[in-house]
Amino acid sequence: MSKSAWEIVKLARHPKRMTSRGVIDALISDFVELKGDRLYRDDQAIIGGIGKFNATPVTIIAQEKGITTEEKIYHNFGMPHPEGYHKALRLMRQAEKFNRPILSIIDTPGAYPGIGAEERGQARAIAYNLQQMMDLTVPIIIVVLGEGGSGGALGVGVGDYVCMFENAIYSILSPEGFASIIYRDSTKAEQAANMMKITAQDLLEFGIIEEIIVEGEGLHLEPNVGLNNLKKALTRQFNRLLKMNKTTLLKQRYQKFRDIGVYEERGDEEDEQTED
Amino acid sequence: MNDFLEQRKKRLEVFKKTVRKKEVTYKPINIPEGLFLKCDQCGAALYEKNLQIGQYICPFCDYHFRMSALNRMHLTVDEGSFEPLFDGIQSLNPLGMHGYEEKLNIGKALSKINEAFLCGTAQIVGSKIAIGILDSTFMMGSMGSAVGEKVTRLIEYSTTEKLPLIIFSASGGARMQEGIFSLMQMAKTSAALLKHDQEKLLYISVLTNPTTGGVAASFASLGDIMIAEKSSLIGFAGARVIKQTIMQDLPDGFQTDTFQLSHGQVDLIVHRRDMRKMLHQLLKLHEGKQVAS
Repeated sequence: MSKSAWEIVKLARHPKRMTSRGVIDALISDFVELKGDRLYRDDQAIIGGIGKFNATPVTIIAQEKGITTEEKIYHNFGMPHPEGYHKALRLMRQAEKFNRPILSIIDTPGAYPGIGAEERGQARAIAYNLQQMMDLTVPIIIVVLGEGGSGGALGVGVGDYVCMFENAIYSILSPEGFASIIYRDSTKAEQAANMMKITAQDLLEFGIIEEIIVEGEGLHLEPNVGLNNLKKALTRQFNRLLKMNKTTLLKQRYQKFRDIGVYEERGDEEDEQTED
Repeated sequence: MNDFLEQRKKRLEVFKKTVRKKEVTYKPINIPEGLFLKCDQCGAALYEKNLQIGQYICPFCDYHFRMSALNRMHLTVDEGSFEPLFDGIQSLNPLGMHGYEEKLNIGKALSKINEAFLCGTAQIVGSKIAIGILDSTFMMGSMGSAVGEKVTRLIEYSTTEKLPLIIFSASGGARMQEGIFSLMQMAKTSAALLKHDQEKLLYISVLTNPTTGGVAASFASLGDIMIAEKSSLIGFAGARVIKQTIMQDLPDGFQTDTFQLSHGQVDLIVHRRDMRKMLHQLLKLHEGKQVAS
């Protein structure tokens, strides 16, 4: 019944797995894509735009991997440059202006490691989004669709409610990268994946995510079950969050991330253990 | 002619013998480990004590050696002014990673501090500040839950106490051994800086060798003033990963302090010898009152 972490990694990266575009087509009507960061160029690793979810206008930020080879190249395999993060933040600030809730869909192996990305400040682009997303006065729901690859995912992953598909992963590094650092052997990715605690189940137990979206057969075989479950979750959560006053919303978002961490605090007077 | 060659041959043999004899009688002087350090840049052998006096800068090529947080603190703040905060916060092993505790113990022994982040309050030429220093000798200054918590508490402390904040970064990034918990520290620390920022308080971020990965992509990049220390490696992705991805050689000077300056990512590069002076100058510029008439 239960799959190993490595099996989930393979499903999360399955060539036939639905991408963000599929989610937008299924759940968002009247979608208008809005492009460009107004600074340098348009990064197609992140799609942005406005559309209606259940008749409510929402802003959508979505990391897109593409399915065909041409699409994959066009979307840079879902690996954003700094411009992608700049565009995402521009559109999220716009959402705040027009009081639209935000849906952010995560599916990336990671931020693109390239010369141009470094020249244009990849680190700062991600850092700035982490900080600014904490300050947006509209509800933000994060959906981890396939791969949640490290800082590249978190750069559009700060929000009020994080849900994750059953066969998605969210990790600090790819299992291959982890294996090459810890075991000095990238072929031990399977072993690494099973160690790293990167499945939706693990992250739910850790309190990093709020909900697992059940897929049924799997998004690569039969997307409708997963999409229906996602629709239900989004409806429930947007309705709940939209009723909240802005101060409470921001306070809760901050506190959610503030409380993450497992460490001990040794004082002179007492031994105390703190867990998330 | 043959005679001459014979003679030369004999002389050569004698020469070889004496040389060999010398080699045999030669006894190496026993130099204790760690007395001399080799400069990473120019290869010069440097006496460790001299290096320490010279602020860990190579006198021949100006290369800045990596230094521990304690040494850096000593070099940066007024003598005796440092008061540590949150020193009791230490790492656990939330994912049960094999060998992690051992690495933590090695880190503690090498750095002589409890975690990779040393923080507290201090003064720079009399100006009171909240200061934090990452230590690259402690597991490459990587950020796990404990480091993330200490950074966040320091930021919160400087926010409530209305103190200027200075953080020296030296880190390979997020700490792999704590997986997703380490990743989330990026959001936690960046968010805390938002509140510091909203209180209109000064944050000077000093990037030292090396500042990369999850630390570069969070609190280290969010300074009001971004300083790169001379001869530092600064970037997001590791050079090896980039090389493997793009399958071409990287340009000279890629991800150096001058690279970051010319690409607009830092405000200024400061030589280690001038760091304290520059911090003092910047702190003073933020203490100014209204112009008197």
